Amino acid sequence: MSRTTLFALQVLVAVVGLVLWQVLSTVPVFGKILLPPFFFSNPVDVFSQIVKWFASGVIWKHLGITLAESILAFVIGSLGGVLVGFWFARQPLVAAVFDPYVKMVNALPRVVLAPIFALWLGLGIWSKVALGVTLVFFIVFFNVYQGVKEVSRTVLDNGRMLGMSERQLMQHVYWPSALSWMFSSLHTSVGFAVVGAVVGEYLGSAAGLGYLIQQAEGIFDVAGVFAGMFVLSAFVILIDFGVTLVERRLLVWRPAASDGRG
Amino acid sequence: MTTPTAVALEDAKVAFRLGDGRVYTAVEKAHLAVAQGEFVAIVGPTGCGKSTLLNVAAGLLKPAAGRVRIFDQPLAGLNRDAGYLFQADALFPWKTALDNVAIGLEVKGTPRTEALSQAQKWLTAVGLGAFANRYPHMLSGGQRKRVALAQVLIRDPKILLMDEPFGPLDAQTRQVMGNLLLDLWSADRKAVLFVTHDLEEAIALADRVVIMSAGPSSRIIGDWRVGLARPRDIFEVRLDKEFHALHREIWSVLKDEVMKGYAQSTQAAEVV
Repeated sequence: MSRTTLFALQVLVAVVGLVLWQVLSTVPVFGKILLPPFFFSNPVDVFSQIVKWFASGVIWKHLGITLAESILAFVIGSLGGVLVGFWFARQPLVAAVFDPYVKMVNALPRVVLAPIFALWLGLGIWSKVALGVTLVFFIVFFNVYQGVKEVSRTVLDNGRMLGMSERQLMQHVYWPSALSWMFSSLHTSVGFAVVGAVVGEYLGSAAGLGYLIQQAEGIFDVAGVFAGMFVLSAFVILIDFGVTLVERRLLVWRPAASDGRG
Repeated sequence: MTTPTAVALEDAKVAFRLGDGRVYTAVEKAHLAVAQGEFVAIVGPTGCGKSTLLNVAAGLLKPAAGRVRIFDQPLAGLNRDAGYLFQADALFPWKTALDNVAIGLEVKGTPRTEALSQAQKWLTAVGLGAFANRYPHMLSGGQRKRVALAQVLIRDPKILLMDEPFGPLDAQTRQVMGNLLLDLWSADRKAVLFVTHDLEEAIALADRVVIMSAGPSSRIIGDWRVGLARPRDIFEVRLDKEFHALHREIWSVLKDEVMKGYAQSTQAAEVV
């Protein structure tokens, strides 16, 4: 199938979905509207709500806040994950001692931490960043830990025989291996950074996309809720695209085995 | 003897502690000396511990008993005089061919530009001058071995340890690589310890062929001098009468060990 046909089909799915939604929520079928507007709104209203947000410019502030929270959560969580992952992998004793606690904290659904973070860090961006960090940290941590542990024995021996010191092994062998594992989880961890930010906003905040959705829901503005969801999806897709670009640049040395995602 | 001994294994014994606490003796009392400039091949059936012996010479493994001397000095820690060519892929997958070769010098503190220009020369010497910017996964198995060879040789080690380096390659590529190795080796004649299970390859390349018995507790059971003239061409040396005579002689000893090794490996599989 050619690219254009594929694209045309993809667009067709969206068009059919939207038309169905619009028709079923406005035109009665056998005297009954199948999608009552109060619960389902309709695409025209949702679209005009999005246009209103962008025209008046209110959306930019919320987008900006959510973006800032996501980036901070991602950076801090990744940094922490890399450092701790490295430390644990190189110090098996430390890893063994902390193992049950790491598992325990990781098993905890992070949403329950949101109220605590709100209490500790207030309703500003930092409580959302903290929530995102707890999500990102573990993904990066586990990947880096694995990456350092599973460095090929032969490659390591080769480094030693080529005369590398411990520090040089770190720089030329452990570090690139850990990074490659971290980057393979980049899509997941960036996604979770956004999840942390939005869920945090939803549970208590004064700005951000999560706040926008929560506000609309509070006054039964279903169009507003859907509009918020669409903006959020578009936002995540854009970020994911950026991640793909970064990944392509940084992992050129990788065999293209997992190229299925196109 | 006038030439100094590069590698000397003196009654080296190699043993491992297994998971269940038993001790597995891979090599029992190996006695072997490689003179400077000498090319020695170790041949033995699968699982006879020949690679283990190489790791002992490299300092990657400590012998359970006996001594290792490198240029008459007892070996402590890694063997800094040796370059090691591994059987498996050992290139750094995140470095280009050029960087993979240059790293051997960079580790020593050679400035990067100097290391890179040297690396380019070595890549050209192994016939990969045009592939400097490829990553290992973009190279064929034979090309990766060439890069690995350059990576080891750029450091100019006094001793070359090779663990079935051409094992994973197809027959033709192996012969081409063998000739390349002999070419590069003849330039400055390092001491070489070359492990292989291929007797023909061993005779074609080496000055001496050492045979090990089937494991466990294997030992060296034979040592032949190969008198074939150098420079040799691997393709042609195989047609030589002397080659055939030697091959027949060594094979008559090796054959029993191969059969023993085969029987043991199948038995072990049945027990497991």
